[in-house]
Amino acid sequence: MTDRTSDRLQDDRTHDLRAEDLTLGYADTDVVSHLDVQVPPGQVTVIVGANACGKSTLLRGLARLLKPRTGTVLLDGTSVHDQRPTDVARVVGLLPQTPVAPDGITVADLVGRGRYPHQGWFRRWSAEDDAAVAQALEATGTAELADRQITALSGGQRQRVWVAMALAQDTDLLLLDEPTTYLDINHQVELLDLLTDLNREHGKTIAMVLHDLNLAFRYADHIIAMKHGAIVTQGRPADVIDADVVEDVFGLACQVVPDPVSGTPLVVPRSRHHVRALTSEAESPAAV
Amino acid sequence: MSIVETPLRRAVRAQRRAHRARTTTITLVLVAVTFALFVGTMMIGSYVLSPWEVIGSAFRLTDDPSVDFIVLDLRLPTAATALGSGLALGVAGLVFQRLLANPLASPDFVGISGGASLFAVSAILFTGWGAVTTSAMALLGALLASIAIYLLAWRGGITGYRFILVGIGLSQLFTALTGYVIARADLNDAREAMTWLVGSVGSAGPFELRTLLVAVAVLLPVAFVLSRRLGALELGDDAASALGVRVERSRLGLLALSVVLVALATAAAGPLSFVALIAGPIAVRLVGNAASLPAAAFVGAIIVLTADLVAQHALPVALPTGVVTGAVGAPYLIWLLATVNREGRGG
Amino acid sequence: MTATVQRLQHVEAPTPRHRSTVGLGLGALVLLGVLAVVMFVSITIGARGVGLHTIWTAFTDYDPSSAEQTVIRELRVPRTLLGLLVGAGLGLAGALLQGVTRNPLADPGIMGINMGAAAGIVVAVMLFDGISQSTSVWVGFAGAGVATVVVYGVASFGREGATPVKLALAGAAVSASLYSVTTGVTMSDLQALNELRFWQVGSLSGRYLPVLSQTWPFLVAGIAVALLMGRSLNGLALGDDLAVALGQRVRLTRVVVFVTVALLGGAATAACGPIVFVGLVVPHIARALCGPDYRWILPYTFLLSPIILLCADVLGRVLVSPSELQVGVVLGVVGAPAFILLVRRKDLAQL
Repeated sequence: MTDRTSDRLQDDRTHDLRAEDLTLGYADTDVVSHLDVQVPPGQVTVIVGANACGKSTLLRGLARLLKPRTGTVLLDGTSVHDQRPTDVARVVGLLPQTPVAPDGITVADLVGRGRYPHQGWFRRWSAEDDAAVAQALEATGTAELADRQITALSGGQRQRVWVAMALAQDTDLLLLDEPTTYLDINHQVELLDLLTDLNREHGKTIAMVLHDLNLAFRYADHIIAMKHGAIVTQGRPADVIDADVVEDVFGLACQVVPDPVSGTPLVVPRSRHHVRALTSEAESPAAV
Repeated sequence: MSIVETPLRRAVRAQRRAHRARTTTITLVLVAVTFALFVGTMMIGSYVLSPWEVIGSAFRLTDDPSVDFIVLDLRLPTAATALGSGLALGVAGLVFQRLLANPLASPDFVGISGGASLFAVSAILFTGWGAVTTSAMALLGALLASIAIYLLAWRGGITGYRFILVGIGLSQLFTALTGYVIARADLNDAREAMTWLVGSVGSAGPFELRTLLVAVAVLLPVAFVLSRRLGALELGDDAASALGVRVERSRLGLLALSVVLVALATAAAGPLSFVALIAGPIAVRLVGNAASLPAAAFVGAIIVLTADLVAQHALPVALPTGVVTGAVGAPYLIWLLATVNREGRGG
Repeated sequence: MTATVQRLQHVEAPTPRHRSTVGLGLGALVLLGVLAVVMFVSITIGARGVGLHTIWTAFTDYDPSSAEQTVIRELRVPRTLLGLLVGAGLGLAGALLQGVTRNPLADPGIMGINMGAAAGIVVAVMLFDGISQSTSVWVGFAGAGVATVVVYGVASFGREGATPVKLALAGAAVSASLYSVTTGVTMSDLQALNELRFWQVGSLSGRYLPVLSQTWPFLVAGIAVALLMGRSLNGLALGDDLAVALGQRVRLTRVVVFVTVALLGGAATAACGPIVFVGLVVPHIARALCGPDYRWILPYTFLLSPIILLCADVLGRVLVSPSELQVGVVLGVVGAPAFILLVRRKDLAQL
């Protein structure tokens, strides 16, 4: 057990997760078809795309929640479906979009459930588990909630607790499906900063679906833009994102300018009203 | 990454230990109450025994033929049936409720007890072959009903919602058929059938009792071991799967285990109503969600043992146990609902 | 301005999960037609066949010596009207309860109403050594009312009030207690058992006109209120927090819903026994047909419930004529498999 842990530490925590010829779908429709994709190790990857373009499906497929119709998902060269689930779960963690909070469960208890893959039939609860839970609570700012019932929390608090559970799983690869839902802008930035910390300081590989394009472009080392179940473009946001790509992916007419804070691409949508050239400020004070 | 002590870590550990100490204490109290009731039901009767006589005889420590006759032949089977069926129903009910994420989804309401009842009542009314047949048919009915629900609810996987809806449908079918055969029967047969439907711990034969006890002894520990998996499953399929749980297999295992427990308890004691429904929520409110399975088992046992005591001795006429199970557990749950949620823990 | 509004509506109309308003409206009209046909069949079919003309003259030009006309006036029409009101009442009560508790298993049965009515009836039978049928309706009604008040009272302790989980648990607990009372009495009183076992399968047979005249004001009032609850239930379906945020008075809605349910469930159950199927299953059928919008679920339930109940009643009369099968039995045997098929075929909108 300890040997395996130290082995994992020695290989520099770079695990390789990729999909080859991956087709995923529900019932009788294919959502993602014949996709080749790699989650670049040691980087923050963000998947963007319009609603129903298959981003969440791809993430669920990578986390082996969906059985591929064609192709495979490979973790370090072996199909994830051929490995023991708990072995995969010690390396790849996922924050799903709609987890369920059971009746009568406290925050600490819920976060502790993230330790499931690290515990066995006989090895139950260790100092390491406590440490992971404490760290996750601290990182997400939920330590003072530890004793509260989940049902008594606000939506934003709840979301941070779910993130804490995913962190407590302590995986080198962390997949998150819209982790900023329910969070106000302050907590969104805080959470994304935290994920960046985890990436920079602990070398964790992060892949997530985000809706806010500007935050996505700012925090992503690697962006994957999807449309109709296929990848339109991928790479460093500054290299691959321009107004044409955004218009192609989202059907949104816009300008892309450098973000004044980070220098990353900033999408400024063109709307039908509120265009500076046509409306003078005196006439329409509401237009900003 | 060595483990450094920080105040927060110490606090997390202290909190977890305090929580565990509380859970352990409450569970041990429940065990003690269960044991006391188990011994107590064997003391009372037309000939009152001392606790030591009961314990000595039940655990074969003393050898007194007259006491042995009263305890081993007359009272132990009833007490053991109450204990076994209570433990089984408590665990099975809570597993269903947590797995299907619905506090009303106990086996009583999703058609499993209904299947057992239909088969058993038909056996009573049409065959007249006696108690062993009735029990066997109840067992068969419960198993067939659960297999039918599982297969009918399967559509590339099981969702709790569809399972519940299919269960509702089947339970309506069973209830209607049971009502039909009872309404058509003559009044005395109907009375016998309705007595069985109420459930009584005094009617189990030695074979059903032994099967139930063996199953409880084997399956309860398995359920406790699987409760970690249950804890992951109730976070939703995606979360559970991400934690490394084989979702469908684990769910099938837990459901099968609960169904077997319910089926054997029903075969031995009839469909003791509301025990499976009430024991779980009481346990969750006493010890929290994570450690609730063992607590639910003993709460179930306490409900049935108390109900047996009340039904046999406290009322002017001796009644079947099932008459009282609702009256014993429900007020306590009502009290818990009314008091515990002042702290916002009522859900 | 108008152009913008039209464009917005145009964009919003074809959302995938909601059926179009026109389609749903037409569907409701079709159901109304079906209901009329079923009512006509229910009045005409029976041991003596009668036509539209006989029905007409029975009310316009009553001839007391005509057996046919008497059957129509005293039995068939009251029976059909009772089926209409009781069916609609039970269905709506179930839909309201499922909405307010956000639990697919909630129905007037599990919320203590059937058990309350049953307990009221058997206790009265035991205490007064048998009761008249008109008294039994009042006692059943009273029992149901008391049970509902207790369920709501228990669930609304604590600062967050009657949350769905607490309502469900309180309903289950109160039902359990009342079940003990009922079975306790029937086990020791053979007369009460005999009364109960027929009441329990849900039968419309025997006592139509007096029962109808006792219960119709409550049923009609309850149905009217229930049909107006759609918007409030839509709000509650989003969760308490969001409902409050949308400016809804959540507590008030719950109280109104519970009073209505007590009225409908109590009157219907007292009149015809616990026809659980209608309250539990029909709202799910309505939800499968028209999606998650309670403004449609309620009217659909209102139309579907009596259709299904009356069909079952007619079937029960035809299948084993000249004897009768109780509606509860027919509903369970024919309706339940149909319901399971529906559940399997459709991706049902969750509560």
